[in-house]
Amino acid sequence: MRVMLKVWRQNNSKSQGVFEMYPVKNISGDMSFFEMMDMLNDRLVLDGKTPIAFDHDCREGICGTCGLFINGRTHGSLRGITTCQLHMRSFKDGETIVVEPWRAKAFPVIKDLIVDRSSFDRIMEAGGYVSIKTGGTPDANAIPIPKINVDEAMDAASCIGCGACVATCKNSSAMLFVGAKVSQYALLPQGQPEARERVLNMVAVMDEEGFGSCTNTGACEVECPKEISLEHIARMNREFLKANIS
Amino acid sequence: MILNSQIPGGPLAEKWTKHKFDLKLVNPSNKRKYDIIVVGTGLAGASASASLAELGYNVQAFSYHESPRRAHSIAAQGGINAAKNYPNDGDSIFRLFYDTIKGGDYRSREANVYRLAEISNNIIDQCVAQGIPFAREYGGLLDNRSFGGAQVSRTFYARGQTGQQLLLGAYSALVRQMKTGKVKFHPRHEMLDLVLIDGEAKGIVTRNLITGEIQSHAANAVVLATGGYGNAFFLSTNAMASNVTAAWRAHKKGAFFANPCITQIHPTCIPVASSHQSKLTLMSESLRNDGRVWVPKKMGDKRHPSEISEDERDYYLERLYPSFGNLVPRDVASRRAKEMCDRGHGVGETGLAVFLDFADAIARMGKDTVTQKYGNLFDMYKQITGENPYETPMRIYPAVHYTMGGLWVDYNLMSTTPGLYILGEANFSDHGANRLGASALMQGLADGYFVIPYTIGDYLSGKLGESISTEHRAFAETESDVKSRIDTLISVNGNRTVDDIHKELGLILWENVGMAKNKAGLEKAIESIPKLQNEFWNNVKITGTADELNPELEKAGRLADFLELGELMARDALNREESCGGHFREEHQTEENEARRNDEEFSYVAAWEYKGKGNPAKLHKEELVFENVALTTRSYK
Ligand SMILES: Cc1cc2nc3c(=O)[nH]c(=O)nc-3n(C[C@H](O)[C@H](O)[C@H](O)COP(=O)(O)OP(=O)(O)OC[C@H]3O[C@@H](n4cnc5c(N)ncnc54)[C@H](O)[C@@H]3O)c2cc1C
Ligand code: SF4
Ligand code: FES
Repeated sequence: MRVMLKVWRQNNSKSQGVFEMYPVKNISGDMSFFEMMDMLNDRLVLDGKTPIAFDHDCREGICGTCGLFINGRTHGSLRGITTCQLHMRSFKDGETIVVEPWRAKAFPVIKDLIVDRSSFDRIMEAGGYVSIKTGGTPDANAIPIPKINVDEAMDAASCIGCGACVATCKNSSAMLFVGAKVSQYALLPQGQPEARERVLNMVAVMDEEGFGSCTNTGACEVECPKEISLEHIARMNREFLKANIS
Repeated sequence: MILNSQIPGGPLAEKWTKHKFDLKLVNPSNKRKYDIIVVGTGLAGASASASLAELGYNVQAFSYHESPRRAHSIAAQGGINAAKNYPNDGDSIFRLFYDTIKGGDYRSREANVYRLAEISNNIIDQCVAQGIPFAREYGGLLDNRSFGGAQVSRTFYARGQTGQQLLLGAYSALVRQMKTGKVKFHPRHEMLDLVLIDGEAKGIVTRNLITGEIQSHAANAVVLATGGYGNAFFLSTNAMASNVTAAWRAHKKGAFFANPCITQIHPTCIPVASSHQSKLTLMSESLRNDGRVWVPKKMGDKRHPSEISEDERDYYLERLYPSFGNLVPRDVASRRAKEMCDRGHGVGETGLAVFLDFADAIARMGKDTVTQKYGNLFDMYKQITGENPYETPMRIYPAVHYTMGGLWVDYNLMSTTPGLYILGEANFSDHGANRLGASALMQGLADGYFVIPYTIGDYLSGKLGESISTEHRAFAETESDVKSRIDTLISVNGNRTVDDIHKELGLILWENVGMAKNKAGLEKAIESIPKLQNEFWNNVKITGTADELNPELEKAGRLADFLELGELMARDALNREESCGGHFREEHQTEENEARRNDEEFSYVAAWEYKGKGNPAKLHKEELVFENVALTTRSYK
């Protein structure tokens, strides 16, 4: 099969970006979207042109490094997968595919399709941890935790930090990402001693970093490759309320 | 130079405790006077950086990733071992030690492995305290499962995402220290060389991957936790960016490289579909619990599996190993699959695959039970191949997965270069010739949380008052080497892309230094790899410049090092005239085609010393001494 790629090209964070068109042929449906991009990039190099820069690493949907806006959808149109898990068989022969980076104030473009998501790390620095040191911890079975709580904490902890929730939100809100972390700790006894500071500090940094506010459109939940539930935003809101009252 | 492994004396079970007491300490108020560089923030590097900073050291941490939450470690699925014996099924520190030594086919150090088993329990405590949501039972206590043929259930897990949860745990400890300023993290910075002053590791030179800036960083000690080098083969289950550069640069500056040829090839991966394939995906080993492996009896039989009747099928693992059947260890299963395909029985378009069939399992347990057990894996398979494994048998083939080899370290995890420590998959230490499932995560975290914080003080205590500055000429010299290398790469402007040449190297290694090796093949590799190095330096093409984000340039630098490493892998394999664990020399097998170890001559770690461009590396031997286990031959018949 063949496709026409319409790709966002931008030299660096300061330069203006433009769309460029690239026809790609001899594609097999078994190729992943990135393998198709690899093939295109190899051709660009041999033609003396600069290949398209995009972020990726594990290519199996777990590291959270990849993330493209494809035909207006984060990670493409299939549910529950990341960009690296997309295969060419889900596109039509001859189709034009529009490829863009995440677009959000808090995620400035570094080059082409690569964005800077370090704002996520700074939110985590504000409270995404339990303040313990290495060593001197009690036996792992000292505190029983109900299975149902742990399972829900695990649902939240599945977040891969890709940023699709932000990119898809019209307000560029990071509530799903932050909600997932706050919720994970809120569900576990380990998270209780610092629950108040955690939610207040993480939310404060989230605002400072330029993420927008949440208006409950639910777009994030639909686009999240790990299907993180809006429940976690609700739990964070309760934690936030509690923290402000106490 | 005589290799001194620094193994403490005394009974096995007391060595580590005694050693911790004997190690020199750095006084708490003096720790802030030391700078430590940690390269790599995967499980090993993140846990080390956080723990060292908590003690008071100033840590500079580096990663070519954008954040310490990304690293190859995140992809680990199955779980992490510990000798907790929560299930009351007879596990103990000694049993975990014994299984690891035996699983490694008696090519690892007793003292290191025992310490690993001892520490394993602390790791689980640490991780639970961090809030890692390990799987639990209804009573609220931790659940365990069995893994990789162990006879006890000692594997802790967080769904199929154990590596992710452990890494996020270590990351949480690390960001806490980043916030306090005790760790300065440098994202998207790649270490391109090690800096030595008077023969000791005192800094590194990095490239800022966004701006291309070359920078020097000085410290009192350097820790590398830079992962494994399976990507030398181009295709592997490793993350795309995993590479050997940091370790290789250190090797070229004097650190010995141990057992480079010993690679783990995992039997159940999704086979290569075409030459455009960029990486291979692992399907959990657990599938072999219920799936049956077979190939058509007739050579070149390309019929659809449903048209091949029962008596036309060869369930070769069940035939060859009646007692273990489909559950033989990884190396055996991998080798037999290759053998079947080499003989013309392979299936699928390429003929490089065997069937893993669930029809019997579905008939026996019902589709729902199979879905409960393996649903996510079946979905993953379907997504990648477009085939439905409930209806058509899966096609699987072995793939490069883990490298047991790595930089040589002593008991303190220090390399042969003073002040240079190596942690995690990057060192050679604990897995001998074959790593057991769920043991890499354990080792990476043991090294980072519980070994290096103790052992590094022993070296640093002697350096009180030492002040290292990037003004020293060693830094300028190293920077200039790094720059000229980059300039050379860019200026070649030939006709082949980096990936194109890398695929060629991968094929040479896969065919000659992979699952089954022999003298002729290894000699061929030793002859052809230098030619390919030549081809690379004369005909590679990279576009763009050195002072911008340039992924092709990054890949080229890594490939240059893989090309040199590949040659050493072949030399090491040629030297090791025996078969052990993941290393199989066709000349050394029994009549039934099983591996034949040679304990008289090869019960040693092969540690290679770099001798300059164009000269073969020099072999040093660390003899392995076994005082607590008897060496036996594995049998799975
Ligand atoms: C698919 C898969 C599944 C696995 N499942 C399991 C399992 O279930 N259980 C188990 O025990 N093991 C498993 N393993 C093995 C295990 O995941 C790895 O061995 C382990 O995570 C390696 O950790 P590490 O910290 O040593 O290295 P890595 O996680 O590879 O980290 C390397 C770090 O070094 C950095 N780095 C490297 N070079 C440089 C440089 N030059 N400059 C700057 N930074 C650099 C990287 O950015 C990264 O931060 C699995 C492996 C794979 C491939
Ligand atoms: S919540 Fe979902 S979309 Fe947002 S960062 Fe996490 S995994 Fe990505
Ligand atoms: S590359 Fe890792 S999630 Fe896509």
